Amino acid sequence: MTIETAATQGKKDFKTDGSALKGNYREYGLVLALILIMLFFQFTTNGVLFRPVNLTNLVLQNSYIIIMALGMLLVIVAGHIDLSVGSVSGFIGGLAAVMMVRWQIHYIPATILCLVMGGAIGAAQGYWVAYHKIPSFIVTLAGMLVFRGLALWLLGGQSVGPFPPQFQLLSSGFIPDFFAYPGFNITSMLVGIILVALMIYFSVRGRAKREKHGYEGEPFALFVAKNLIIAGIVLFLTYLLSSYKGLPNVLIVMSILIALFVFVTKRMTVGRRIYAMGGNEKAAKLSGIKTERLTFLTFVNMGVLAALAGLIFAARLNTATPKAGLGFELDVIAAVFIGGASAMGGVGQVMGAVIGAFIMGVMNNGMSIMGVNIDWQQVIKGLVLLAAVIFDVYNKNKA
Amino acid sequence: METILEMRNITKTFPGVKALNNVNLDVRKGEIHALVGENGAGKSTLMKVLSGVYPHGSYEGEIFYNGQEQHFRDIGDSEKQGIIIIHQELALVPLLSIAENIFLGNEPAKFGVIDWHVAENRTRELLAKVGLKEDPLTLITNLGVGKQQLVEIAKALSKEVELLILDEPTASLNEKDSDALLALLLEFKAHGISSILISHKLNEVGKVADRITVLRDGATIETLDKDEISEDRIVTSMVGRQLADRFPQREPNIGEVVFEVKDWVVHHHIHSDRTVINGINLNVRQGEVVGIAGLMGAGRTEFAMSVFGKAYGRKISGEVFIKGQKADVSTIGKAIDNGIAYVTEDRKTFGLNLIDHIKHNATIVNLGGVSHNGVLDDMAELKVANEYRRKTNIRSSSIYQKTGNLSGGNQQKVVLSKWLFANPDLLILDEPTRGIDVGAKYEIYTIINQLVSEGKSVLMISSEMPELLGVCDRIYVMNQGRLVGEMPASEASQEKIMRAIIRAEGKAS
Repeated sequence: MTIETAATQGKKDFKTDGSALKGNYREYGLVLALILIMLFFQFTTNGVLFRPVNLTNLVLQNSYIIIMALGMLLVIVAGHIDLSVGSVSGFIGGLAAVMMVRWQIHYIPATILCLVMGGAIGAAQGYWVAYHKIPSFIVTLAGMLVFRGLALWLLGGQSVGPFPPQFQLLSSGFIPDFFAYPGFNITSMLVGIILVALMIYFSVRGRAKREKHGYEGEPFALFVAKNLIIAGIVLFLTYLLSSYKGLPNVLIVMSILIALFVFVTKRMTVGRRIYAMGGNEKAAKLSGIKTERLTFLTFVNMGVLAALAGLIFAARLNTATPKAGLGFELDVIAAVFIGGASAMGGVGQVMGAVIGAFIMGVMNNGMSIMGVNIDWQQVIKGLVLLAAVIFDVYNKNKA
Repeated sequence: METILEMRNITKTFPGVKALNNVNLDVRKGEIHALVGENGAGKSTLMKVLSGVYPHGSYEGEIFYNGQEQHFRDIGDSEKQGIIIIHQELALVPLLSIAENIFLGNEPAKFGVIDWHVAENRTRELLAKVGLKEDPLTLITNLGVGKQQLVEIAKALSKEVELLILDEPTASLNEKDSDALLALLLEFKAHGISSILISHKLNEVGKVADRITVLRDGATIETLDKDEISEDRIVTSMVGRQLADRFPQREPNIGEVVFEVKDWVVHHHIHSDRTVINGINLNVRQGEVVGIAGLMGAGRTEFAMSVFGKAYGRKISGEVFIKGQKADVSTIGKAIDNGIAYVTEDRKTFGLNLIDHIKHNATIVNLGGVSHNGVLDDMAELKVANEYRRKTNIRSSSIYQKTGNLSGGNQQKVVLSKWLFANPDLLILDEPTRGIDVGAKYEIYTIINQLVSEGKSVLMISSEMPELLGVCDRIYVMNQGRLVGEMPASEASQEKIMRAIIRAEGKAS
């Protein structure tokens, strides 16, 4: 009946791929917002923000939030929420201290046990959410209370420390320098350069592959500009960090995790299924997706990451306190929503959540340096969260 | 006869599209005026202009109502004048009672305190008017769609309606409820209430309408008087071409039995002591299109979903044989692995991820087909999505268009695409043409023909009997969870099917 129109549509297919870019505009906007915020604080703090030592601190201070944001993104995309992550990370930090300090267990098995424990906690909560359809808000609110209480009980209300020096390296260590050039960590710089080279290689290869199949990507100029800017930023930051103590270990752990989660969400079937489930759970189920198991696994994953964050936080403070992780869940959830995730599920990007976490982190850091009181810091952070989401909703309605 | 409404030269433009182009519509006092046209012809837009959803100033043209020019700024303005619109998607709150819904936002109250006594009594009167025997305190969620529709109308009546607009009121009703609703419209007409009826079901339109206005591509094509109305005439006018045959021709090439269900029994998913499906035996041959006819609530969807990996029901018993072998269809995954696909009747709730685009929807059932070791191959996926968009003739700007923004017919094609890519041997199509226009229907039938010519089999559930008669090779009739008839399509007729149902109803009661 409409064979002609079908044929003309067919020709158009090869050109329309560019509209895939649309979804990325938000991420570009977010990066721009982060850069503007950083420049703002760089200016108002008289250049303290970009000082190598402060930049290093920024990474160390936000690593655990970012790591939890990765798991939280999946939970929120799946259409749920996890309020317990702060308590869980505090509990695991306490568990690590009790095992390593009181019971003198070697730090490697202790770390592994802690991660397994985190997974088990995630599984326990995910079980009720996934298989019994109890709202995640309620299950994890219960978990928030339970694990805060258990952390208090475990530590007997006291701080426990210090940790073995090797364990502290998880948080306060830097990658070793093989060149021993005073004042500059050449190894770190090399790692940065190799990373940028790899990034450009994959990006060029991906583009070549698309072109070989006859799909037009973004315009060549934009492609080059994007890669140059990202490479420039990465090299600049690496240079700054290298001129202090080099790349922190935790930055390496974090980067690997970010890359892994980007890959899982963008390129793997399991990631695609989580988005499909968050978008329409009933339709996903009728498409043969095992929605219960998938929900369960997102909570297990969240538990493991909360445990890792708890370990990093404990290693950083070099002591486990019953109050550790208090309120972390709010920072993590805020980061994910600033990053553009939808509270309805099905929408959200890993890089968005990471940048969202950095926006929160830079604001914390910058306002502290400026001497803004903690009360006003809270007010401003709250307003930024609200503004980011309003901006999103406004944009969506306009489109 | 006096004219109650006149819309003159209405033009409404959205960014990039002219949705309405100099549309004229006049409705006489006390007439039932049908508005027909393909999906996207501009019917709903025109009604939104009329009811004030698109306020005065956002469109060009004039609206005269009761002889006066009107400038409606919102729905409240038009309701004050007695223009009430009942949307296709019902706007009732499921967990509130009938009375609460009818007076929602319009409660009989003094100083903000609701007088429930008055509300209930008035509800009772209104329900009597629409012929609904239900307690005013019954929750909406406990009513069927047909009864919910009547509640909507009762709600309209509570507002002193002069002009009632019904957007596809019978789309989800069975024949009995549809007839009751149409009879109600005729009764209103006797009381001097005018109605605008938007409908895809041309036989209904022919039954009750006094005049018909046909819209096509945002323009008025013609207004027909009662004696000019014929289905062929309307269809020709709607699609702008002679539709020689509403069903594409096919040479049946039928092979062995490939799918067989024996002694299938299913119990209600909440009240597990209630039998929903009671001992069904049926089979489908290779290359055959088998229809299941029946009234709404006959258990057809429940049967199909229970076979499809127990997606519905509890305490399911019976056996499924595929190509003579006993098959395990206890989970949806296993059913899919066994070559079964179920294309839902409710594409928005069960079929699509509406916030994602065509590409991701098209491959979701068979991600294995576009990935290696769990890693997606973007190129392969692009190719598949484009291929199926072409094959099923999905009209969209690209495969990156959100499925939520597609018209009903194109959404249905996306749902079909995702199941076709899973390459099933048996497709269960549940109301595959519900709520989509004549042209898209034809395309769906063509896809069905294509499938069976490739040696696949189709089990099709439909409430539109002409469609079953036009598309199927063989028809089962289901009533109250049992099969009450089976006939080759060549010997079947609407009367025969209805007779089978009525005979069974008689036995049952």
